[in-house]
Amino acid sequence: MRSESIKSPLLQLQKVRKIFPGVLALDDVDFSARRGEIHAIMGENGAGKSTLIKVLTGAYPRDGGRMMLDGAEIAPRSPQEAQRLGISTVYQEVNLIPSLSVAENIFLGRQPTRWGRIDWRQIRRRAQAALERLDLSIDVGRQLSSYSIAIQQMVAIARAIDISARLLILDEPTSSLDANEVQRLFAVMRKLRDEGMAIIFVSHFLDQIYAITDRITVLRNGRLIGEYPTSQLSRQDLIARMMGRELADLDVQLQQEESGQRDSHQSISMRDIIGRGIIPSPGTRGEGHGGGFLSTPNQSSAPSPALPRSTGGGSEMPSPILRARSLGRSGSIQPFDLEIGAGEVIGLAGLLGSGRSEMARLLFGIDVADSGDIEIGGRKRVFRQPRQAIALGLAFCPEDRKTSGIIPELSIRENIVLALQARGGLFKSLSRARQDEIASGYIKALGIATPSAEQSIGNLSGGNQQKAILARWLAADPRLLILDEPTRGIDVGAKAEIQKLVLSLCRQGTAIVFISSELEEVVRVSDRVLVLRDRALVGQLRGAAISEQAIMQTIAQERPAEVAR
Amino acid sequence: MSSQAVLESASTAPKRGADFGRLHLWGKLLWPALALAILLAIDGICIRGFFSVSIVQGRLTGTLVDIFRYGAPVMVLSVGMTFVLATGGVDLSVGAIMALAGAIAAKAAMPTSLNGMGISPGSGIAIALLVSVLAGMWNGMSVAWLGMQPIVATLVLMVAGRGIARLCIGAANVPLSGTIWTALHNPHLTLPMAPIIVLIVAVVAGLLTRVTSIGLFVEALGGNPVASRYAGVRVGLITFMVYVFCGLCAGIAGIISSADVMIANASSTGMYMELDAILAVVIGGTALTGGRFSLVGSLIGALLIQTLQTTLIYKVPIQQTLVIKAVVVLAVCLLQSAEFRRKSLAVCARLGLSRTRKAAAQVAS
Amino acid sequence: MKRLRLDQRHVPLAATLVVCVLLYVLTGLQYPSFFSPLVLADLFSDNARLDIAALGSTFVILSGGIDLSVASVMALATMFMATAVERFHLHPAIAIVLTLFVGCGVGYLNGALIHFFDLPPFLVTLATLFLARGCCFLISMSPVAAESPFFQSFGEAGLHLGTITLHLGTIVFAGVAIVCIYAAHLTRFGRTVYAMGGNEQAARLMGLAVGKTKVLVYVFGGLAAALAGIMAMANIPSGDPLNYLGQELDVIAAVVIGGTVLTGGVGYLAGTVLGVLILGIMQDFITFGNRDAAWTQITTGLLLFVFVAMQTVLGRWKPGQRQKLWTRRTSTQSIGITS
Repeated sequence: MRSESIKSPLLQLQKVRKIFPGVLALDDVDFSARRGEIHAIMGENGAGKSTLIKVLTGAYPRDGGRMMLDGAEIAPRSPQEAQRLGISTVYQEVNLIPSLSVAENIFLGRQPTRWGRIDWRQIRRRAQAALERLDLSIDVGRQLSSYSIAIQQMVAIARAIDISARLLILDEPTSSLDANEVQRLFAVMRKLRDEGMAIIFVSHFLDQIYAITDRITVLRNGRLIGEYPTSQLSRQDLIARMMGRELADLDVQLQQEESGQRDSHQSISMRDIIGRGIIPSPGTRGEGHGGGFLSTPNQSSAPSPALPRSTGGGSEMPSPILRARSLGRSGSIQPFDLEIGAGEVIGLAGLLGSGRSEMARLLFGIDVADSGDIEIGGRKRVFRQPRQAIALGLAFCPEDRKTSGIIPELSIRENIVLALQARGGLFKSLSRARQDEIASGYIKALGIATPSAEQSIGNLSGGNQQKAILARWLAADPRLLILDEPTRGIDVGAKAEIQKLVLSLCRQGTAIVFISSELEEVVRVSDRVLVLRDRALVGQLRGAAISEQAIMQTIAQERPAEVAR
Repeated sequence: MSSQAVLESASTAPKRGADFGRLHLWGKLLWPALALAILLAIDGICIRGFFSVSIVQGRLTGTLVDIFRYGAPVMVLSVGMTFVLATGGVDLSVGAIMALAGAIAAKAAMPTSLNGMGISPGSGIAIALLVSVLAGMWNGMSVAWLGMQPIVATLVLMVAGRGIARLCIGAANVPLSGTIWTALHNPHLTLPMAPIIVLIVAVVAGLLTRVTSIGLFVEALGGNPVASRYAGVRVGLITFMVYVFCGLCAGIAGIISSADVMIANASSTGMYMELDAILAVVIGGTALTGGRFSLVGSLIGALLIQTLQTTLIYKVPIQQTLVIKAVVVLAVCLLQSAEFRRKSLAVCARLGLSRTRKAAAQVAS
Repeated sequence: MKRLRLDQRHVPLAATLVVCVLLYVLTGLQYPSFFSPLVLADLFSDNARLDIAALGSTFVILSGGIDLSVASVMALATMFMATAVERFHLHPAIAIVLTLFVGCGVGYLNGALIHFFDLPPFLVTLATLFLARGCCFLISMSPVAAESPFFQSFGEAGLHLGTITLHLGTIVFAGVAIVCIYAAHLTRFGRTVYAMGGNEQAARLMGLAVGKTKVLVYVFGGLAAALAGIMAMANIPSGDPLNYLGQELDVIAAVVIGGTVLTGGVGYLAGTVLGVLILGIMQDFITFGNRDAAWTQITTGLLLFVFVAMQTVLGRWKPGQRQKLWTRRTSTQSIGITS
């Protein structure tokens, strides 16, 4: 390993603070980037990674603390100003002009001129030289978009370096690169590091973090958890710190759970909900234009200490409602096998960017698979449109409510009945009375806090929007419901209600794929957990084997574990 | 915390009253309706006999009747255009399709000796409407399946449509004759025919949005195409249908406006009419970016434009009304621009009007 | 990494060139007199007006916008010019300068509204289309004949090279074309136009003066349209409020047929010149053969369709660049959701 002592810090942040309305996004974070070092910033969703980077690059002004570059205090007000100071950023989605030539992209906005006109020969020559510094020899006269994303990223780096970067921030540069391209990028990064540049590297890929970085800073919930030399931080420790669980704590918690204390903090409202009779009863199932939310069969059953799950093995599973065989899509997720039985809750666990959402998108037909197939009802299907998946009883609550879930202008009622109406075709419309009935039924059943079903959904809080989207799919009475981060960004009460709903649904035979970054939640609701890492399925846990610790261990394994069955 | 959380907190801030959705919709209708009312009031005061309606030779006559009558083509167009704009698209070719419909109807009815098809004027109109639908299908195909930008895809027919019309009947005026044209022009009814057709088209369109789920899908598509696709809405088909319907409306408008002057003309029919139609829809409260639409609003918008035109005719030549129209377009644009509201509110705030500050915060959020 | 194929940027231009040459040869074979240099010279001088306006519009479209007001501004320029010289007896030079100012003014109005208030270019220029046309009628309801000696000499001016006359229009057009090509390829202004058309967000992040450039582009568009209007008076010495009705379509068609992508960022000024030539040759082909003038519009429409379809397909191939919907410019701001 590289010696730690001689590296002098180039950039130092002391007690940097960033406040958004109602949210402390960065809470007195210290950070330093040293010359000749590659430094990783790690953290899960909401950890403050991107806020920190935006403060570094001047996209956000900081609300407190000091930021020193080479000993002098700085306060960049824009990315351009940060760049002038020597802080350059290369983003995952390359911020260059694809329709212009490579050479021009490197010199755009600072073209050398001779007698008032742009000196193209010099631009080409210098661009060539800048790229050769990265051991890249390509035709700089060609259009940028004719090159792969990897090359485009190199060009972006070349531009950044040419504007005399001393600190280079690489924000998830490897997300769309293949293994060879990653190696190539790493070679460049090592070269730059050895030349004395400070590099900040953000990535979701654990293997890459361990392959390239010298130091890791872990953030969680806007706070600094710690800064560690990469060689001295085991994968398990890293994951535990990102997820906010010390392994020792986990063991204690596990014991607590076993002794039945676990449901004390979660059974507050479940009984109420079930008691109020909110969940679609089996009787309404299969009525097509259903929207049943009438009664629950389980009113009388006493809540069990631990939430019930079908802990039995796969052998007793009835014929699966969906079976995927080596389903995959290059650049998105490696081929995986999957079987889902009726009433089963499958949790997808993994770090951000591990391929969880990608898996869901393939199953739902948003992305078209380029290998493998899906079998539903004994027949092989190819989904090219979500519509086809919906017709077969699939439903999907996307991760990003704002951009792909709600239709903000429309009312709650319209948002709720949309999927049901869409399945009914163009001309078969529900009567307004029926729509009102469905909408108000779900509003009551799910406890959507709104004065009226005619309120536009954009005015609701996140949790209520999420419930409305759930209602949209419940009204369509799916056989398999895919929930991608259904509890993100919503308050604790709503979270518990949604988890509860999941369990009630599965009790009535709806299969559920549950994606969440919160392991605790995944553990609580899942019958089976699929663990993903670096865009591949790496392990499977079922029944009693499911625990946060086991999941983290599976993620941390160097080699993909044998996928069970 | 993440910016997601920030978004959440921002979105919860402007929680509004119970029936905000309703009120908002009515609020959208309120302004054009109010503008129309004010304009009518001014007319009533300044122009003698503006409101007088009488029956002359068994027919209803008067300025108000004229407004409905001459405004009919734009009103029909605006019905079709409303759906297109609601999906976030635009159809520039309606003017050309109007000319095309008139030309086809005229050519069909011309005797074969004059290079016509020599069929009855009624069938001619039917063929013309069919061609309009085909034109709409062409637009719809280009936008929905070839993935062209709406503005360009419809530009093609905007250019070529008039050419085809001219190919059919040449550059000159072609007089229209036949009972059906006379009936359209000057029916044996108390009421003029054109407003009745508008009413039929509007009612049919209104029923389509109420009885079927098409209206919901159009608004969903315009509001958030990604979410609509994920919810299973047939995005391509809806887009296609919207352009087809717009084409049909343009055809009907072409027939009405040809019947109005009893002449088919390849270049003058529907000239700049696409712009009037878009303007009417935008005044009516449908945003150019798509989403919520209001058919009634569009009709009011069309009436407003026609009333303005009719008013100004008393004072200025019809051509000069273009200047007024330009000002109206710009005013409507600016009122719809969030940036404008933000900036003007900022100016107000700087002037010390603290009450508007709250509103500025709301707009900004 | 290296793949041997035509750079995507050049495909539309190459297609334009092929169409143009084919059309020229076909027309020439059909009507041998078409090959005479006299006809060629006329081809240029007849289309100089459209050419100049289209060059201005090319910048607008390259920047990712659109200008519907060109034809109206051209008509306004003729009206203004004719009235200033005939009614107010201004010196022609002063009249020209004033007319150019009017063009710039309309362009500035476009650019300022689009930039400062973030309005869709389509709507704003639609409004100025009405505005400029309405102003024509405000000046005069009927055509204003330009009969002063200046306009006569204006029409006859030109370089006489043997039997061929290079008309003033042609010369001015050539000058404008050279200036435009120089500006587009050899100045930072031009490169910024391309960059913002390619990806406005990225251009901003790179620190380019996007706002200033946007306004300038529309000012230039207006200036070019006014100049085109003035040059047109060499051929038809009168100001007519009904002039060039609907010709904004010809201008846009010429630019698109010339290989400029309507979403902006890709295209060549030289392509626009070719595009205008294609339209001109088609016009000649139709007049030479005494065909119905309607065919001009139909073939223009068809060419437009073919070229746009080609661009759309090419656009889909581009990795990393998403298609822009003109209607969604302001509606959604995506905010990074990752931590």
